[in-house]
Amino acid sequence: MRVAGYGTIDRGRDLSFTFDGRAVAAHPGDTVASALLAEGTRLMARSFKYHRPRGVWSAGSEEPSALVTVGEGAARTPNVRATMQEVWEGLGVRSQNAWPSLDRDLLGINDRLAPFLGAGFYYKTFMFPRTWWERVYEPAIRRAAGLGALSGESDADRDEKAFAHCDVLVIGGGPAGLMAALAAAEAGADVILCDEADRLGGRLLSEDEAVAGLPGAVWAAETAAALAERGVRVMTRTTVTGAYDGGTYGALERVAGHRPRSGALPRECFWQIIAGRAVLAAGAHERPIAFSDNDRPGVMSAAAARSYLHRYGVAPRSAVIFGNNDDAHRTARDLAAAGVDVKALVDCRADVETRAPYPVYAGALVVGTTGGRGLENVVIRHPGGTARIWAECLAVSGGWNPAVHLTCHMGARPLWHDDIAAFVARDDAVPGLAAAGAAAGRFDTASCLADGARVGRAAAEALGHEGGGAVDLPAANGAPYRIAPLWHVPGKGRAWVDLQNDVTVKDVALAAQENFRSVEHMKRYTTQGMAPDQGKVGNVVALAALAEATGRSLAETGTTTFRPPYTPVAISAMGAGARGAGFAPARRTTAHRASLDRGAPMIEAGLWFRPSYYPRAGETTWREACDREAATVRRRVGVCDVSTLGKVDVQGPDAAAFLDLVYAGRMSTLKVGRVRYGLMLREDGHVLDDGTAARLGEGHFVLTTTTAAAGAVMQHLEFAHQVLRPDLDVAMISVTEQWAQIAVAGPESRDLLNEVLDTPIADADWPFMSCGAVAVSGVAGRLFRISFSGEHGYELAVPARHGDALFRLLVALAEARGGCAYGMEALNVLRIEKGHITHAEIDGRVTADDVGLGRMVSGAKDCIGQAMAGRPGLTNPARGQLVGLRPVEGGALTAGATLFPEGAAWRPETAEGHVTSVAWSPELGTWLGLALLSGGRARHGARVVMRDHLRKVTTLCEVCDPVAVDPEGGRVRG
Amino acid sequence: MRLPCPLCGVRDLREFTVVGPAALKDRPGREAGAAAWDAYLHLRDNPAGATEELWWHGAGCGACLIVARDTATHAVHGARLAAEAGP
Amino acid sequence: MVRLRAESPCAGLDLPQTAGGATLSEIVPERIVSVMPFRGREGDVDTALAAAGLGWPGPGEVVGGDGAAAVWSGRGQAMVFGAEVAPDGAAVTDQSDAWAVLRLDGPDAAAVLARLVPLDLRRRSFAAPGSARTLLSHQPCLLIRRAAETWEICVFRSMAETAVHEILRAMAGVAARG
Repeated sequence: MRVAGYGTIDRGRDLSFTFDGRAVAAHPGDTVASALLAEGTRLMARSFKYHRPRGVWSAGSEEPSALVTVGEGAARTPNVRATMQEVWEGLGVRSQNAWPSLDRDLLGINDRLAPFLGAGFYYKTFMFPRTWWERVYEPAIRRAAGLGALSGESDADRDEKAFAHCDVLVIGGGPAGLMAALAAAEAGADVILCDEADRLGGRLLSEDEAVAGLPGAVWAAETAAALAERGVRVMTRTTVTGAYDGGTYGALERVAGHRPRSGALPRECFWQIIAGRAVLAAGAHERPIAFSDNDRPGVMSAAAARSYLHRYGVAPRSAVIFGNNDDAHRTARDLAAAGVDVKALVDCRADVETRAPYPVYAGALVVGTTGGRGLENVVIRHPGGTARIWAECLAVSGGWNPAVHLTCHMGARPLWHDDIAAFVARDDAVPGLAAAGAAAGRFDTASCLADGARVGRAAAEALGHEGGGAVDLPAANGAPYRIAPLWHVPGKGRAWVDLQNDVTVKDVALAAQENFRSVEHMKRYTTQGMAPDQGKVGNVVALAALAEATGRSLAETGTTTFRPPYTPVAISAMGAGARGAGFAPARRTTAHRASLDRGAPMIEAGLWFRPSYYPRAGETTWREACDREAATVRRRVGVCDVSTLGKVDVQGPDAAAFLDLVYAGRMSTLKVGRVRYGLMLREDGHVLDDGTAARLGEGHFVLTTTTAAAGAVMQHLEFAHQVLRPDLDVAMISVTEQWAQIAVAGPESRDLLNEVLDTPIADADWPFMSCGAVAVSGVAGRLFRISFSGEHGYELAVPARHGDALFRLLVALAEARGGCAYGMEALNVLRIEKGHITHAEIDGRVTADDVGLGRMVSGAKDCIGQAMAGRPGLTNPARGQLVGLRPVEGGALTAGATLFPEGAAWRPETAEGHVTSVAWSPELGTWLGLALLSGGRARHGARVVMRDHLRKVTTLCEVCDPVAVDPEGGRVRG
Repeated sequence: MRLPCPLCGVRDLREFTVVGPAALKDRPGREAGAAAWDAYLHLRDNPAGATEELWWHGAGCGACLIVARDTATHAVHGARLAAEAGP
Repeated sequence: MVRLRAESPCAGLDLPQTAGGATLSEIVPERIVSVMPFRGREGDVDTALAAAGLGWPGPGEVVGGDGAAAVWSGRGQAMVFGAEVAPDGAAVTDQSDAWAVLRLDGPDAAAVLARLVPLDLRRRSFAAPGSARTLLSHQPCLLIRRAAETWEICVFRSMAETAVHEILRAMAGVAARG
């Protein structure tokens, strides 16, 4: 019911949302849980394993029970805490893990089967037959147990990722956090303050307490205003979810979840906050006491009962309060003052004040409850006997656990403190992070305020911010925290320790009995402390049960590790922006649109997109286009965009010496105006990449790399220079993006070029492997007479702004003389016909000698990879060596197929190599392959069997020279 | 993890690529022999504690760094430019 | 004689665009050259750049103004924008066509960048004018702060389309928060 005169939400305005399709009245500021409780709904969920009826335990993010599904269709979000979901007009909420309805859940049968379904039951039960596990048992178990389900649809909702930096990050905006932020800001630090709730105040919003003579919530609001004045960046609805290395914290901001969706507003934002220092002021969680049937809807934390009263103006009509500390008394007082019929206050301690306007049972225990879909009776045992008391709500306070979770994220474990019966973080748990207030085990408000101010100031001072003075400490309640540990009330029924995972005291005892005595083993055997809630509520009670079962103290038992995230973070938030076009940058050459205009399908080469082929009218397959393009290059002329090749500018007095180090061959002898083919080796002797080096000046080279390896080569060159030979005076920079580079290849390539060059070139001045400056309509360019196709050919480079125009021009001029543009497929055919290698051959396991280029590894000088290339394993003549293959009696070749001796069985131990590349050669009218074949260079003319086990292709092949077209190289020089 | 680049300041891990142990600086000579080359290329300490590693600030200034850090605590003690680190 | 048309890196990408307090537009600098002094020649290079009203920038520095500027762009490397310089004692390359230069300005510019760049963009950490090499989402960039609310984001020409897409998306998200 709503209580007049209570609550800080806007009771003047009404709104409505739906729960399982039914309209629920609420006010702005309500959560789903507070609104449901206000209308008297206690049953909100069905439990994970037994489908037990469950209500709400808490009023915060630690909620283990009241999990609901929000939203419809693709935007459906499961396992949302009803205690955190703010309501808005039109919000749709559904219960989960119940069928056909929350009220009548047929899987409630699991609860009847509970004697057979204890901890570890499926490890023992579903062992045979083994093959049934995946097909039968697991699907059945998954259907019967679980929480909410994802929609299975791709969610178009947009999340966001962002970075923030500050001097001091304050985690939690309760009394300690507010004072920490204020003190740090006052000292001159740049502060970010994050809080999970929609406003600052923390526990002050939930208590009837004065701070500085003002109601706590009012003081919090005034302090929030003071923080804003001092430039503190306040992030509400933001949960700090993880502590990571280097002062990095993860935080999830709920941006749109509390209001109707609109346009581009992100649903959530995952922040990475980098802080010089951090103050953990995350407060504490009230823990339950395990007694029989302590999970019925209506049983809730006493602190939550006060939250619902003071914050939302919601209270039950009648209540029993059970506790082991003074908060039980505070709860009874507050509820009674609000007009709730307090039927009994049950305190396990004998020496407590019993004078009150309601019955107080000292030295008494709650031993059980009765009820169906909600609490009906509370059964108590007191020094005078037992009693059965009807009540709508049973508010339980088992004491407080400091929220130490973030302090465990880097591996530290908290220490047990007997005086407050709780685990408290060590000071050095996370470098730069200090706990304050309740998170540090100081539970009264006055201590929280003082502790926050002290720790906040210290954080700022540690960073050198020592301005201002000490902040004034407001007067507040300083009543000490008094507790008598009570974990478990022995009894017949099931006493729940972990409401989210349906774990009971008996399950924990069973784990111990079966020798899963370590906390980590117990956790895995029972699943206690797993799942979204990470044991925030039940963990310490479970540890106490384990301690009891194993005859150890809590300190000896220790605790499991709390891992990030503190509260669940959707993968879609962590990966925000990184799908679709955001997955990886797309690299496009300047000729991209020109290729698309010609209908070229694009293929990916690393991040680049390259044209596959340029179809013409009447061509129905890629092969037709490819064959035509390859043949056109051999007979007339073709134009191909090769801008994706890496280009590295190397200059300096020691440039030539540096290139001698990184290339297998000698580059220092290269003449200015000439180009040389080069191999780069890894230090282990295998080939890293191949390409060309062009000498533009005495101390000026331009290297080309393959498209795929450009990044790796740049890193290799920087390593070689900075780490191995920093004494060499050389400077390198990528010029890949500066130049659009276009290959013109074929017998008519020179004639075509002369149509665009300002000064025509003659063969005598431009022999094969020469380079130099040219001009195209006044634009300064570079011309390289190099050839990947084996034809007379050039590569012409112009500044990228002219790339589109030059490509279109060259293609148009080529077509006018019977030539064409050619794509990657034809490029591949042409190079296979010539036996030129790509990374299909130099796959990282291959040496220069393997690909027939062993002579290029100069013995006259040192180079990277030279020493190791000479080791016996890399020079064994039985290694795979590059050969060509042709079918003997027809049939196709396939890349990746395995080679076997003729007549041998197809077994791994008889395999002699593999096919690296294949193409149909329109020039020769046959399939051609390149392969790495054991001792292959000595086997030209012999036969091998190609077997492709995947495609089921078997072809008898003749081994031949890898160069199938123009082996003398007359064309390229002609 | 964040690394203190001597040129750029403390930067996020995503800007860096790990290259290997700092000992990669000590490249053997051509004639050092198989054992020395084997050790250089293949034999690695695996310290639980202080170590020096080479990192490349490839998505930053391009410098190769020698980073001193602790594999057990994740503490990063400092970084210097490999090119200026001397032999 | 043929004429080769010139095209800017962001041609066809529909700029400028404004969302909320941020505007994204393309800048096409007339000239960008990289300058990398050889060993011990920083002084000579500094002198040569001074003749053009510039100077050799230290890490993170920008020497010059909106017209011409020498922008630190990496270890031993600067990009000189808008000036014809070819100092002796340095490796110089033409990079005029290598970069797409995107200008992001407005009161929300820093908030937009915070969604894309892992850097500390607070004024005390990243003063104007100043520069940094970093990542814009998954791609490398040279980030220049020209003024408090004016940034230039230089990305590889080939990745300009992705960069514009990412920045516009971040701008929409920030603008939607109001």
